[in-house]
Amino acid sequence: MWQIAGMKILVLHAHPRLSASVVQRAMLRAIEGLDDVTLVDLYAEYPGLDIDVAREQQRLLHHDVIVLQHPLYWYSSPAIIKEWQDLVLENGWAYGPGGTRLAGRFLMSAISTGGPEQAYHTQGRNRFEITELLAPFNQTAWLCSMAWLQPFVIFSGRRMEAAQLSAAAEGYRDLIVGLRDGTIDPLSRLAPGFTLPPAFADGIHR
Amino acid sequence: MNPEALLLGAFIYLAAAVVAAPVATRLGLGSVLGYLVAGMIIGPAALGLIGEEGAHVMHFAEFGVVVMLFLVGLELQPSKLWELRRPIIGLGGLQVVVTALAVGGGALAFGFGWKAALATGLILAMSSTAIVLQSLNERGILKTTAGQSCFSVLLFQDIAVIPILALLPLLAAAQAHDTHDTSLIGDLPGWAQTIAVLAAVAVVVLAGRFLTRPLFRLVASTGMREVFVGLALVMVVGIALLMQLVGLSAALGTFLAGVVLAESEYRHELEMDLEPFKGLLLAVFFIAVGAGIDFSLLFGQPLMVLGLVIGFILVKLAVLFLLGRLFGMSTPDASRFSFALAQGGEFAFVLISLAAGLALLDPSQAGLLVAVVALSMAAAPLLMIFDAGIIQPRFANAGEARADDHIDETGTRVIIAGHGRYGMTVGRLLQASGIRAVVLDHDAEQIDALRKFGYKVYYGDASRPDLLEAAGAAQAQALVIAIDDREKALEIVETARRHFPKLRILARAFDRVHAYRLINAGVEDVHREVFASSVDMGEDLLVRLGLHPFEARRAAMRFKNQDERLIRRAAKHVDDTQHLIDLARQGSDEIERVLATDLGGAPLTQDHGWEAPDATRSES
Repeated sequence: MWQIAGMKILVLHAHPRLSASVVQRAMLRAIEGLDDVTLVDLYAEYPGLDIDVAREQQRLLHHDVIVLQHPLYWYSSPAIIKEWQDLVLENGWAYGPGGTRLAGRFLMSAISTGGPEQAYHTQGRNRFEITELLAPFNQTAWLCSMAWLQPFVIFSGRRMEAAQLSAAAEGYRDLIVGLRDGTIDPLSRLAPGFTLPPAFADGIHR
Repeated sequence: MNPEALLLGAFIYLAAAVVAAPVATRLGLGSVLGYLVAGMIIGPAALGLIGEEGAHVMHFAEFGVVVMLFLVGLELQPSKLWELRRPIIGLGGLQVVVTALAVGGGALAFGFGWKAALATGLILAMSSTAIVLQSLNERGILKTTAGQSCFSVLLFQDIAVIPILALLPLLAAAQAHDTHDTSLIGDLPGWAQTIAVLAAVAVVVLAGRFLTRPLFRLVASTGMREVFVGLALVMVVGIALLMQLVGLSAALGTFLAGVVLAESEYRHELEMDLEPFKGLLLAVFFIAVGAGIDFSLLFGQPLMVLGLVIGFILVKLAVLFLLGRLFGMSTPDASRFSFALAQGGEFAFVLISLAAGLALLDPSQAGLLVAVVALSMAAAPLLMIFDAGIIQPRFANAGEARADDHIDETGTRVIIAGHGRYGMTVGRLLQASGIRAVVLDHDAEQIDALRKFGYKVYYGDASRPDLLEAAGAAQAQALVIAIDDREKALEIVETARRHFPKLRILARAFDRVHAYRLINAGVEDVHREVFASSVDMGEDLLVRLGLHPFEARRAAMRFKNQDERLIRRAAKHVDDTQHLIDLARQGSDEIERVLATDLGGAPLTQDHGWEAPDATRSES
């Protein structure tokens, strides 16, 4: 199968005010320096939002699992992730006619929220499940013939005790390492209700 | 003429011009008609302030036509001349031939001999370059379809003067040999004359191409304007002399020189420097024409003279209108075109005196022709007013779709004044974005370097409204003032705001105090020259010190915006005159004030966005 040991992982991280962040910094610390895990701080690389499209596309081609790591802002991502989608996922490259370059790869959100888990529920304050709120990423993956994995979420991390938070961050690292080493089968972690897009398999022999 | 008489004459002519032009323009008649009428009034027929020297004055003032054609040439790049070849040769050529035949036929019917009739036809085929170009330009229609056609026809006529000058003696060959030939080479055999003419033209073209640029650069680098003006005049006079030496038209020679220099970076400066000379000389010329009208002839046989003038104008109108339609002009354009050109020209006076000297025309015929030409010239501005005021509105009312005027200005969008280290960056960004800018600079060496890289750079002082105008300020969207002279920058702002209120001004300020003055002068976009760069460096430093790049960027942006707001607020409270008194002291005071504001004011705090300070984001 394709998930041989040695899956390369790209973590695209976005936090517009990292110095004020607690959870995201803990998550970053947890995965820093891992082999075959590339960590990109989008706001640091592009403080003017002038994303280098060719460079970011090359980056995607060199990795198998793309992780979008960011706090959940207004039920979505910070602005630069959207900018990254708008610019890097080009028609004819990522989707559309001839746009098969991302087929067979995996997309996963790794997010932190302010609110508790029970708020993200039909009966909760936020009325929707996380996977429902992240539907745009779901469909982005589908359109690019990628597999959308179940989001990794740390709920209300700012209110956690230090030990609790570092345990959560370690959970994040275990997931990343497991995906990298093939000890976690990504297909077993497809988001609920997500079926593989038709052209997904075309990409796996690359 | 003794010096007192010379001064008195100059005073009378200039005073007449100074009084006539504003009055005529105020009345909407155009300056040309004003000059002609002023000439009639101060001439022998009325006040008699000027008298028999009129012919000399006119001869001298014809130099104005020469200068004008030089300026016309400057406006005409060779490529554009080539573009106009069809209207020049086709329309211009047919106009001369058909008008000559029609007028000549009329003259035959009037009882002239065939030679006299042919000469008359050729002479009257000319129109007045001076009146038409001046009037079209005043009305701002020189660049329109009709205007360009007029120009083409006039250009052909100016060229046609040369063969006509040669033809008249041939026509007169049967008559007594005349020694009108004033050129030095008149005694040479025909082939040698031809060689001399070609050599003279070659001298003008080659010298214009290779000699003028280093010469102008040398003179420009002295920074003495009067020397530059002097050189321009020396060049034009020199060419005129050279052309007369070989028997060519001086006007044509200088026109040629103008075309050669049209691509030169000194073009605008030359235009500006010669413009006043041309204007004054032409004014004197028109006054002399007005003064020269023989009213005794007119009052002796008023009906006949007036009838001839009207008949002549009607013939010209008919020929021009038909040719205009034949060459694809719309009816309104053809009307404008024919009304503009339906008069005799200044070259007619030259040709009439030549033909009279050759005994082709007898004195009474010559006198009659002079009167007809002069009166038709006097009528010319009225005819153009008639067309613009009465004929053109009818076309508009009749609902005839009027073809869009072809505006032949190749769309200057931006003018950059000052192309040093500041203006150049602005210019490069524009160039990289595919936007053409016209650059004005005062540094001759810099200009040379820039032109090598294909920039449209012109030598000149941008605080002069005429130069801004020539650079296209009337159509441009924006003016960038990037010169490294505080006072001059403010002067340019003032000039631009007064003459081109629609032009958006972006100005480089040296420091806060200069920025205040620019803001108070009404500039919307003031940029302090080192401000952005030092904020950039500050941002870079924050990153080196470990701040997250995006947070450093936000801090820099906030600082910048805050300071821009501060400077605009502070500008309102600055007493401008006090600044003028002691800029340096004010400058250091200002720094103290700004630093105090930084201390006292709110630090660059972040907003509460992205991470709530109390760590309990209620929403997500």
